[in-house]
Amino acid sequence: MVDFGGWSMPVQYTGILDEHHAVRDNLGVFDISHMGQFFVEGATAAAWLNGLLTNNVDRLSVGECQYTLLLNDQGGVIDDLIVYRIGDARYLLVVNASKIDEDYAWIQAHLADGVKLENRSDEFAGLAVQGPRSAQLFDAFFQGKYSRPARNEILAIEIDGECYYIARTGYTGEDGFEVFCPASRAVKSWGDILRKGAEFGIKPCGLGARDTLRLEMCYPLNGNDLAADTTPLEAGLSIFVDLQKPEFIGRESLAQQKQAGVKRRLVPFKMTGASPPPRSHYAVYKGDQKIAETTSGTLSPTLKIGIGMAYIPTEFARINEQIDIEIRGKRFPAAIEKKPLHRTGTASA
Amino acid sequence: MNVPENLQYAPTHEWLRLDGAEGTVGITDHAQAELTDVVYVELPKVGAQVTAGQQICVVESVKAASDIYSPISGTVTAANDALSSNPALINTDPYGEGWIFQIKVEAGEEIEVLKSPGQYREQIGGSGGSGEGV
Repeated sequence: MVDFGGWSMPVQYTGILDEHHAVRDNLGVFDISHMGQFFVEGATAAAWLNGLLTNNVDRLSVGECQYTLLLNDQGGVIDDLIVYRIGDARYLLVVNASKIDEDYAWIQAHLADGVKLENRSDEFAGLAVQGPRSAQLFDAFFQGKYSRPARNEILAIEIDGECYYIARTGYTGEDGFEVFCPASRAVKSWGDILRKGAEFGIKPCGLGARDTLRLEMCYPLNGNDLAADTTPLEAGLSIFVDLQKPEFIGRESLAQQKQAGVKRRLVPFKMTGASPPPRSHYAVYKGDQKIAETTSGTLSPTLKIGIGMAYIPTEFARINEQIDIEIRGKRFPAAIEKKPLHRTGTASA
Repeated sequence: MNVPENLQYAPTHEWLRLDGAEGTVGITDHAQAELTDVVYVELPKVGAQVTAGQQICVVESVKAASDIYSPISGTVTAANDALSSNPALINTDPYGEGWIFQIKVEAGEEIEVLKSPGQYREQIGGSGGSGEGV
């Protein structure tokens, strides 16, 4: 067990590799109760959210969601999150555990009249069912009573009189569902999912596999790959930034950065030979020059080689560029790759 | 957790099997379980002289890199090359095929600071739970 954003969470249940392969091949379930849930409501909620977040919530129909970012005035990342439109003028924001307090304080400080904000993180548990057999499990569960939400859609249903949100989202690159339910229902739902999922080879999965799965997809982890001094343009997330919007916090800085051109880019790399697994904060070299530090790294269980990400100066941030990663004083060769590193996931964006 | 009776243990979770002046060293079952899947072992150099408690090599799991400390002073006489191609031996057979290095012991006195199986069991709480890790 490790501390993660104030939560005591398992790194693994049966083993990181075992759990990783379960998600890539069949099915895994993650306890994501640590994640935060904010509810936003009001006739002007959409316009207000558009002034707060980088993506454009006007693109969402009721029941749809989008990945988006909360920035500081300099265009740096406070948090990355998913905003779900759960009613005409009602939104659910799912934020990172370690950022709940900071996000809430920031959003509260920028609150507009007529918009109601509620932090209901403590009331909700979250379970993420991920893997190519997720749809089969959904059907086994509901027996046709509900139709599956499509990718990036959310369904609100009642089970035993309690409200459940079921979204077709995830952090693994595989098809899957993220379920948010009252905390009092967490243990029962966890058990139900494991029982029903048994015939599909489901395994309980911990933070270790969550990290290897997301890194193979090059999904950023806030605090590692995103920070208050990195912008979404540098992080390669510009498709989630709508600079056409007249105003949002951080917009000015991003527009200037876009104009000037970004000086560094977050890119994935793959070790080109046998090496210890790369980790975060390892030095990255081009020739004899230190050009960056890794922000994430691991052994990829799918590719069976070391992988990672780093903010590389733009002049070197090209596919197939050869770099070296310094591990305990020795340098090991690596090459910059295209995103994602794992290309056959079952999640269709 | 398996804690064999015929071994001695360092508080940093290495085991030592002594056969006269020849020692064999690995990490405990508890340690391998805490580390999770071992994916890389940086072996010590044969001929290296170490003192008890000195960092001698590194074992890496998917989760993290962990320093391994020599439980005793001496000269490294062999390293388990099988771990280079199959580091998971540390997980599957920590007290057998997963041994890490052999050492020629120079002075017997440090052995007194090592733990008996009972003392080591007490240290890890018999649970295999989180503990201090390795």
